Amino acid sequence: METYAVLQDIWWLLLGVLLIGLATMVGMDMGVGTILRYVGRSDVERRVALNVVGPHWDGNQVWFILGGGAVFAAFPLIYATAFSGFYVVMLLLLWSMIMRPLGFEYRSKLPSAGWRNLWDWALFISGFVPMVVFGAAFGNLFRGVPFQFEWNLTSHYTGSFLALLNPFAILCGLLSLSLSVYMGSVTVMNGAEAAMYERARHLARLSAIAAIVLFAIGGVWVHGMSGYAIAHGPGAGVPQTPLQQSVTRIDGAWFANFSAHPLLWAVPLLGFAGMLLGVLAAGARRSHLAWWLGALAWLGVIGTAGAALFPFLLPSSSTPDQSLTIWNASSSRLTLAWMLGFALVFVPLIVWYTSWAFYVMRGKVKADHIVNDEHAY
Amino acid sequence: MHDMNVVDLSRLQFALTALYHFLFVPLTLGLSFLLAAMETVYVTTGREIYKRITQFWGKLFLINFALGVATGLTMEFEFGTNWSFYSGFVGDIFGAPLAIEGLMAFFLESTFVGLMAFGWDRLRPGQHLAVTYLVALGSNLSALWILIANSFMQMPEGAHFNPATMRMELSSFSELIFSHDAQAKFVHTSIAGYVTAAVFVAGVSAWYLLKKRHVDLARRSFRMAVLFGVLSTAGVITLGDALGFVGAQAQPTKLAAMEGLWKTEAAPMPFNLVAFPSQTYRTNYGAIQIPYALSLLVTHSLTGSVPGMAELEQDAKARIRDGIPAVSALKTLSAEPNDTAALAQFHAHEKDLGYGFLVQRYAPDVSTATDQQIATAARDSIPQVAPVFWSFRLMVAMGLAMLAYFVLAVIYTMRNVVEHKRRFLRVAVWMIPVPFLACEMGWLVAELGRQPWTVFGVLPTWMSASTHGVGYMIFSIVGFVALYTLFIIVEMYLMVRAIRLGPGDAPDAHSLHTSQAARVAGYAEG
Repeated sequence: METYAVLQDIWWLLLGVLLIGLATMVGMDMGVGTILRYVGRSDVERRVALNVVGPHWDGNQVWFILGGGAVFAAFPLIYATAFSGFYVVMLLLLWSMIMRPLGFEYRSKLPSAGWRNLWDWALFISGFVPMVVFGAAFGNLFRGVPFQFEWNLTSHYTGSFLALLNPFAILCGLLSLSLSVYMGSVTVMNGAEAAMYERARHLARLSAIAAIVLFAIGGVWVHGMSGYAIAHGPGAGVPQTPLQQSVTRIDGAWFANFSAHPLLWAVPLLGFAGMLLGVLAAGARRSHLAWWLGALAWLGVIGTAGAALFPFLLPSSSTPDQSLTIWNASSSRLTLAWMLGFALVFVPLIVWYTSWAFYVMRGKVKADHIVNDEHAY
Repeated sequence: MHDMNVVDLSRLQFALTALYHFLFVPLTLGLSFLLAAMETVYVTTGREIYKRITQFWGKLFLINFALGVATGLTMEFEFGTNWSFYSGFVGDIFGAPLAIEGLMAFFLESTFVGLMAFGWDRLRPGQHLAVTYLVALGSNLSALWILIANSFMQMPEGAHFNPATMRMELSSFSELIFSHDAQAKFVHTSIAGYVTAAVFVAGVSAWYLLKKRHVDLARRSFRMAVLFGVLSTAGVITLGDALGFVGAQAQPTKLAAMEGLWKTEAAPMPFNLVAFPSQTYRTNYGAIQIPYALSLLVTHSLTGSVPGMAELEQDAKARIRDGIPAVSALKTLSAEPNDTAALAQFHAHEKDLGYGFLVQRYAPDVSTATDQQIATAARDSIPQVAPVFWSFRLMVAMGLAMLAYFVLAVIYTMRNVVEHKRRFLRVAVWMIPVPFLACEMGWLVAELGRQPWTVFGVLPTWMSASTHGVGYMIFSIVGFVALYTLFIIVEMYLMVRAIRLGPGDAPDAHSLHTSQAARVAGYAEG
């Protein structure tokens, strides 16, 4: 194969790695935000929950920022088309996410119950909304999104905002939310004790069961859905625009990759295994193991979506021929090569120092420590 | 086709969100290094007062940092949401520094800022110091990559247009990152951040000295800040001059607008100290000039000349005529990628492709463009002069004022009389907003002066925006204004409160009073 085609495949895989990193690391913090008002019944309990993720939320959030940056650098047309097409949804995502840094940093700065209550709600919204939007965006990739290009690749989105909130997208949004609640719950189990621990444990098991059900329904739904397939086009590793291919819609096309490569069935099975064992691990109070099983579940879910959609990144429902794929939306060979070099050096470094940061801050968060520590949230 | 109202609204939104974000960034850049310096003194001397100093300024740092992070999220996504064509057209080049910023800098800064805040009891002093330095390094590297990206827009180097993909592509990574504009701009901007932090720390310390509170902490902080400040201010002015020197070659239209230079004049040229430029009549009213100064400032010689806007407009006209066949050829190539005649025509005119796009705004089919349309497009190639002219002058004036202030502060500090100069201390408090405003002015000079381009000479602003309806744009601008207004009120309130409380943290800052604790318990149960 051409180097360019290999680079395109590698960047597609790397994008998957980044999305899994994003979903796991940001999803866990957002899960804590979503369940904050349930696991924490008093001000001190809520502060315990916030301080469990307190030293890490900012570092974790960079997965989200890097996700955006990597799509921009490696698949600029996706960044350009999806972010402008999903305009209102992106704004809701942004506005809810902007509240999060402030919620963490400002909530406990004033000794007022009303103030703190307000920020607790802000943290709930900034945990709940982005995870639903994240999943719903994935759901819309399966259905396709109405957009088309002019001759010079000016993109026009022709759908409405509400069309993005269709039943299948909402199902995907709920799946993403459940996994995030699960990760948030086991994170609270890792860092909190007593009643909070029990509430989080209860939620972890419930949310993992919900995720299993939603993932299964999603699979059945996609099976009956009309998917996309490339009839002909320039193919991998050829510099091209999205104006040079022809794409057909076929019922069940999203299962074609699985039929062609049965080994791919291992990916959704990993997802189910992660969730199922997660229920058991949370039940057995093995919260650290449960965290890693949650990461495995994310790998399975995002991997399944990727395996089904390949090589599509963003199908166009109004002009299927102009659907965006790995081949017609990627950056040039030189950019992909340079970016791969940077990723190979820095991603392992990031994983290493992030692990060190978690190691330094390991252990349970004690309520009396928070009250006396002027740096605590 | 693009709705020009939407383009203007997109520009307004970008300017609002970027200027707002840029209120918090400079302080982060500078204060992170000042914190590292303060903590270095603590670790090397072991004196507890410096730990308290570091922790106190660290608390203020974090209040500012949170809003910087929050509003930075907007910037990362706004290119895609609102500058869709731009993102597709130059994403191959522009996306790379943004992604590298995340990989190399933002992860570093954000992971270690958590340890910086929470790790005091978990890390040995040397380890914590290393963490603080990594935060400073991360935030400054972050600025480096952002400014490399921005420099590509100012002075596109290391890229070419690829007709097969209909976009700009990277041709040389090293030309991109070692662009002259990027180097000068990074140093100028990050040092502007150091000046901001120095003025901030000196100003807050001066307030304590005036109130005779926390005098020991304030005196030491003030001393460190003015030393840091006088060096940085001298640096920012020197590098600003270097940036102007590089910019003069890269963007003659920006330079001409900054100087209000409507026509080329014979060297040595005078400098317009004050003037009221009129875009309509293409002249300045009420100009006060300093003879010879412009040639000296811009070309560093008495014989150097600087092209004026009338001449630059004529150049643009010629380039537009040359760019028209390039655009026509592209349109053919879009439908027939293998058309060799069109490809040859494109390559013959490709250097003026961007100028061809300028006239496409008035003549969607460029091959039918009239002389009148070409003249209008050429007129567009000159930015709005008055805002560029004035933001430049305000920035420079504020820079010089800060230099004078810091020189005076150093003299008073060395004579050890600062605490008796109460009027000077009051000035120091009132200086706090000045560097923030100067930074905003700097952004305006750089970005307004680059108009009508998003990527200078390559991609006009009018083409770059997403094709939203006016309704969407109003919705998003209203949303941003509402949220951002609320946030800045909260931030300022918390900042002022933390300063009033001072170091040593009054007990009520964090835990609730008994009665309030009871209310909290009540609302949680109810």
